Amino acid sequence: MSAVQEVVTEAPALDAVPKKAMTLGYGTSLVILALLIIVPLFVKNFIIFQLTMLLIYALAVLALNILTGGSGQFSLGQSAFYAVGAYTTAILMEHADINYALTLPIAGIICFVFGFLFGQPALRLSGVYLALATFALATAMPQLLKLGVFEHWTGGVQGLVVTKPDSPIAALFGHKISQDMWLYYFTLAISIAIYIFSVNLLRSRSGRAFMAIRDNEIAASAMGIDVALYKTLAFGVSAGITGVAGGLGAIAVQFVAPDSYTITFAISLFLGMVVGGVGWLPGSIVGSAFIIFVPNIAEGISKGLSGAVFGVLLFLVIYLVPHGARQVAMVAQHLIGKLKKN
Amino acid sequence: MELFTNQILAGIATGAIYACMALAVVMIYQAIDHLNFAQGEMATFSTFIAWQLIQWGVPYWGAFLITLVFSFIGGILIERVLFKPLAKAPILTNVAGFIALFAIINSCSGLIWDFTIKQFPTPFGSSPFLGSQLISTHQAGMIGVTLILLLLLFFFFRFTRVGLAMRAAASLPESARLVGINTSWMIALGWGMATAIGSIAGMLIAPVVFLEPNMMLGVLIYGFAAAVLGGLTSPFGAVIGGFLVGIFENLAGTYIPNVGNELKLPIALALIITVLVVKPAGLFGRPIVKRV
Repeated sequence: MSAVQEVVTEAPALDAVPKKAMTLGYGTSLVILALLIIVPLFVKNFIIFQLTMLLIYALAVLALNILTGGSGQFSLGQSAFYAVGAYTTAILMEHADINYALTLPIAGIICFVFGFLFGQPALRLSGVYLALATFALATAMPQLLKLGVFEHWTGGVQGLVVTKPDSPIAALFGHKISQDMWLYYFTLAISIAIYIFSVNLLRSRSGRAFMAIRDNEIAASAMGIDVALYKTLAFGVSAGITGVAGGLGAIAVQFVAPDSYTITFAISLFLGMVVGGVGWLPGSIVGSAFIIFVPNIAEGISKGLSGAVFGVLLFLVIYLVPHGARQVAMVAQHLIGKLKKN
Repeated sequence: MELFTNQILAGIATGAIYACMALAVVMIYQAIDHLNFAQGEMATFSTFIAWQLIQWGVPYWGAFLITLVFSFIGGILIERVLFKPLAKAPILTNVAGFIALFAIINSCSGLIWDFTIKQFPTPFGSSPFLGSQLISTHQAGMIGVTLILLLLLFFFFRFTRVGLAMRAAASLPESARLVGINTSWMIALGWGMATAIGSIAGMLIAPVVFLEPNMMLGVLIYGFAAAVLGGLTSPFGAVIGGFLVGIFENLAGTYIPNVGNELKLPIALALIITVLVVKPAGLFGRPIVKRV
């Protein structure tokens, strides 16, 4: 309609996050770690299972956080990577009889490659376009998994049942360590490893490159950063971690089916990231707690309206605490500091 | 050869659905520079209102008009109350807002009208059109309405003051404000129009896919695909894109083995990604130049 060519100065995808604010101090980390180790010894198996899921979702949220908070790219398609990881683990365990612990790195690598490849078209896209492409990926994934061609391996609509691993150290402690508890500690160990890896990644040269791209792509490329490489790398790393989380999820739930990995799940993860605070890695666990426990609470308030309660809560977060749990933590820290002075 | 022509006809018929939705998607993209993920849910909600009115005995066209007005006002209200404060916020916040809206509306229409499938009447009848088994009169009517809508939009943007002001506000907000255009209200107007067009799409689609709270999810993805294919900056492109996507979908289903109903969404996905990679501006869109 108009002959004038459109000239756009692109708005930043998100507010810049100061680098130091991305992690917790040593003291706080140790307290949280101690809690995570001790609590399961005193609770019922079902709660241990929920705690395991909490860690698993926290990993998935963390992965998204590296992608969005780190490199400034969106993804509404994390459920697809999670599904690929879950299916890889399930298929390797049930069809190839591979030990569950060994399937996880394989799931991670396959998802890394998948994410890296998906990152190729993502290079061209920014902001809404990327959200759109990943949104389409997430909606298409369940249908791909149901495909008749793969039915022999994936079990089609029925899905696959995964055997729960026995605890190898159960014999040592008598029967005090149940399967659930073993799985919890196994998940905890992997989560801690991945958390440390992520923190170091963001502090490394690559992490600084991610953040430079997030803050200003053009300036970053002028500084000699290979924008294309680091953008796809961020996608790959994020997908890889999500894949490991997916694999753990398959083992914990003992079941994979296409309809567990719909767009709703991807949206939950996205939500978890926003609630936890974009770019604040420890927030992942807060976000994960939100997406596991709040739907139950919402259903408690009103059965049919759980989606609406969810949505309203999200709006409240956007308006009142746009930086999520990080903002709450910072305010708390500030208050504590004031109290100490008095 | 006959199979080929028939499939193309059938593709045009389904394409009309996508064209309608794509038009709504492009409208809102023009106004606010974002893709509204809740658009499909908003359209479904409007369609439910029309359904309710018809159940209460309001004649079809009466219900149609009331729904249109309701959607227009509803769209403006949503913009004023929820999204105006977010105008300056980062894209991420806006996407989160759209998702929240999606969850709220979806859950509300599920609660009010429950999840059973409902019949929605068509004003055009559903007998074969011109003796062809592939296109019903309803689908022909749908194509007609889409084209009329496109024409009206064209005249609106081309020949009215408000249309010109809206275009100005969308392409150069700063300068538009300097010449006295109330850009903030132009955005609200864009939301209203997009919601109204969405409701038309919803009411036209409902007789074909049946009315239920999730009816729009698949259609919305196709609408996105169509809008991206035609170019997000061009209403005309969106409509053409819609028909192309419909034809493509039908031909792929006929000629590529293993592509049945189950691969419908993956096709849309592949299409979106291919277009974005090969020709990001779409077939008819203007390329966007980034200022360094």
